Amino acid sequence: MPDSTQIAHGASADAHSEHPPYLRHHFESTEQQADAAGFAMWLFLLTEVMFFGGLFTAYLIYRNWYYPAFVAASHQLNVFWGTLNTVVLISSSFTMAMGVWCAETRRKSGLVLCLILTFIMGLGFLGIKSIEYREKIEKHHVPGFHYSMQSFLDPASDPEVFKEYHDKPLAPDMAVHTELYFSLYFLMTGMHALHMIIGIGILGFMIYRAQVGAYTSGHTTFVMNFGLYWHFVGIIWIYLFALLYLISRHQ
Amino acid sequence: MSEQVQHGEHEHHIVSPKVYVIVFFALLVGTAATVWASYVDLGLWNPIIALAIACTKATLVVLFFMHVKYSTKLTKLTVAAGIFMFLTLVSMTLADYISRAWGNW
Amino acid sequence: MSATIVSLPDQSSARIPKVNYITKENGILSWLLTGDHKRIAILYLISLSFFFFIGGALAGLIRLELLTPQTDLMATDTYNKVFTMHGVIMIFFFLVPSVPATLGNFLIPLMIGAKDLALPKINLLSWYLYMAGGILAIYTMATGGVDTGWTFTTPLSTHYVNTNVLTTGLAAFIAGFSSIFTGLNFIVTIHKMRAPGMTWFRLPLFVWAHYAASILMVLATPVVAIAIVLIALERTIGIGVFDPTKGGDPLLFQHLFWFYSHPAVYIMILPGMGVISETISTFSRKRVFGYTAVAFSSVAIAIFGFFVWAHHMFIMGISNYAVLVFSLLTMLVAVPSAIKIFNWTFTLYKGSITFETPMLYTFGFMGLFTIGGLTGVFLGTSGTDIHLTETYFIVAHFHFVMVGGMLMAFLAGIHFWWPKMTGRMYPEKISQLAAVITFIGFNFTFFPQFILGTLGMPRRYASYPPEFQILNVFSTAGATILGVGYLLPVLYLTWSLKYGAIAGNNPWQATGLEWQTQSPPLTENFVVMPIMDHEAYDYEWLERQKEIEVTHAG
Repeated sequence: MPDSTQIAHGASADAHSEHPPYLRHHFESTEQQADAAGFAMWLFLLTEVMFFGGLFTAYLIYRNWYYPAFVAASHQLNVFWGTLNTVVLISSSFTMAMGVWCAETRRKSGLVLCLILTFIMGLGFLGIKSIEYREKIEKHHVPGFHYSMQSFLDPASDPEVFKEYHDKPLAPDMAVHTELYFSLYFLMTGMHALHMIIGIGILGFMIYRAQVGAYTSGHTTFVMNFGLYWHFVGIIWIYLFALLYLISRHQ
Repeated sequence: MSEQVQHGEHEHHIVSPKVYVIVFFALLVGTAATVWASYVDLGLWNPIIALAIACTKATLVVLFFMHVKYSTKLTKLTVAAGIFMFLTLVSMTLADYISRAWGNW
Repeated sequence: MSATIVSLPDQSSARIPKVNYITKENGILSWLLTGDHKRIAILYLISLSFFFFIGGALAGLIRLELLTPQTDLMATDTYNKVFTMHGVIMIFFFLVPSVPATLGNFLIPLMIGAKDLALPKINLLSWYLYMAGGILAIYTMATGGVDTGWTFTTPLSTHYVNTNVLTTGLAAFIAGFSSIFTGLNFIVTIHKMRAPGMTWFRLPLFVWAHYAASILMVLATPVVAIAIVLIALERTIGIGVFDPTKGGDPLLFQHLFWFYSHPAVYIMILPGMGVISETISTFSRKRVFGYTAVAFSSVAIAIFGFFVWAHHMFIMGISNYAVLVFSLLTMLVAVPSAIKIFNWTFTLYKGSITFETPMLYTFGFMGLFTIGGLTGVFLGTSGTDIHLTETYFIVAHFHFVMVGGMLMAFLAGIHFWWPKMTGRMYPEKISQLAAVITFIGFNFTFFPQFILGTLGMPRRYASYPPEFQILNVFSTAGATILGVGYLLPVLYLTWSLKYGAIAGNNPWQATGLEWQTQSPPLTENFVVMPIMDHEAYDYEWLERQKEIEVTHAG
């Protein structure tokens, strides 16, 4: 029966005679598929931006409302660990970017090495984070779990922090708001850590697949898109570090 | 690596490791700078500088690690849309809080 | 109503095409594990109808209670649960996914000349997330329900109720991801998978509408997701973000909630407007007036829709300056919607109008959405809003736009594309009757509520002053008629699956790539990739095609 649409020897069909196994049937070419996948990943990252956006909004409001409490509470965070974590994440972004380069230039062992380094640094980040969290738990600075504002009512009772910052005692009605700071701290770093855990899990999978050459034979989409995710998680940390750790460290 | 260039959009620009190394060191410098700045009393400028450094670092990661500098217009537009939407959420919500005649701002 | 554009093949010799997306594979697993966007659309259609009738039953209970001024049918707490679940189910599990997940999923690849959506597995995942959220919502209802209103306003929802806020929140959270993935899929598909020659300005306006709605789905939904997470933590751990005693601000929840929920209403209505563009063109035999204006106004609605959320919070405690700014911006957002109504009206002018069922629903939409939209302007004006908010005026406003507007558009679309999806025509007379019954029932149900609201009857109350009874009785009577109007399509559409006339490729003589394929379509949509060489709504092109067919037959 006559078809009212013209027969299409689609423009791409001539130039592209290969039909690699990873080309899904609803795509006309591997370029289109890779393009679509990359775009989809960016859109997903947009949703993540908006997801964290709500938390940043909350943070900005309460930091302005309760600045003294936020300053005092932020002194409980260890700048050394935070900076180290930042360096670890930035380095892992570097190794991840190098990993993408290895995939694009078909360097299989290079890719595996970069992925392993990224993986290790991701674990390192989580390890440092757990050290920090442990400290918070020990000091009863976890909201909802016997939260104690003693360190803020009487800073001298916390000699480690006191000798660095000599904070003045907060009035009780301001000290109460340090709990809000820690709520946001755990929320934001916790949500970030959750994304790290997911990323590390996927990295493990990718290391195995990279070993068998899945990403170094022209089909680099997965590695590239995971790289986007990993860098994004790093960017979130860049802001968390600046906002949570570095409110004000001068006396 | 001699993939055919198709019609329409494409980017096979492979970013060289040199760029990554430079950006990596820039990020480390930025980190050091922001930590140092937080120990100096610059009054109102402290949060501004901290955010400015963070934004610069983020921009470097987006442009180079995430290849946006070498990407299509669509990708750049998408990133811009995300930033714009985020800023809308934050600024319009804050506008309410800032302009309240009561409260703690 | 005697003229019709319906053109069916000769019924004695016509057959449903043997190979189509329904017959391609058999067995329940081939449906439950499908990647075919058309099958997923049908899965959605069935489950959506199911949730719609549950939400409708809850509505029936509301109207029954409101027959009398006293709280006599159910306890006040129960009534609170009934209207809350009605809202939650209707919004998250019916209205938001309705047109996009059924018609959008089915038609967008066909309309742009693609074989499927960009991410078929994500599409299937969307449906499973939807089902998970929906089943969780039903479970919530069965185990005691939630009574905070669908808006979960803090600190009521975090500190003062003992009901299933967490599970309902989780259900909405999961459904939100379903929505996000659908929108993400549409955006990627529309950008990357258009057939050769299918430029942006040759796309059907249905696609533009879905594109705009998808932007909203992707950017707005995550914010309500984090709002729900915060509520969950506030309820369980007591983190303090919404707790005044700990320095938190309950209003922050509302900012985050409405940042999504206002764009959500545009997520709900835009796809419906896309349907209207298609039906109004087809049944006037005329291209949509001002194609570019309609296309851009869809995007404008999406963008402006992000800037007005606090008009839901005028009396809640935001600053006076915020009230001023958001009120002004709300005036702005009405403009693109009005542009659409004007353009559709001008499409009708000097068109050859016929009154098939989709067109009846379309006319219903035009009138009812206009009324609903205009009342939105009264509410956007902060002065009048102070009087009208939290009254039945609001209830009437959003039911006019959502039920009189969106649901009518959904039914218009279901009827319009039913022959394409199933290969069968529905029976015309009874469907026209159902459309008229729906329209009458709708007006009886919701118009009195405008009056009730202006007179001061508050919403979300099980009891009311006796002088409001007569209007409430009208409203309940209307609801009964409305129920009949909605039940009829279920019956005759199901009937038509077996006994309906064979539809053929293009029973409406419509333009659009989906009508150039068989009904029901093949799994891969097109045997060869179509090349788009004409503008959208090009009825001259269609005439030339028919001439070719006539001269080339046999």
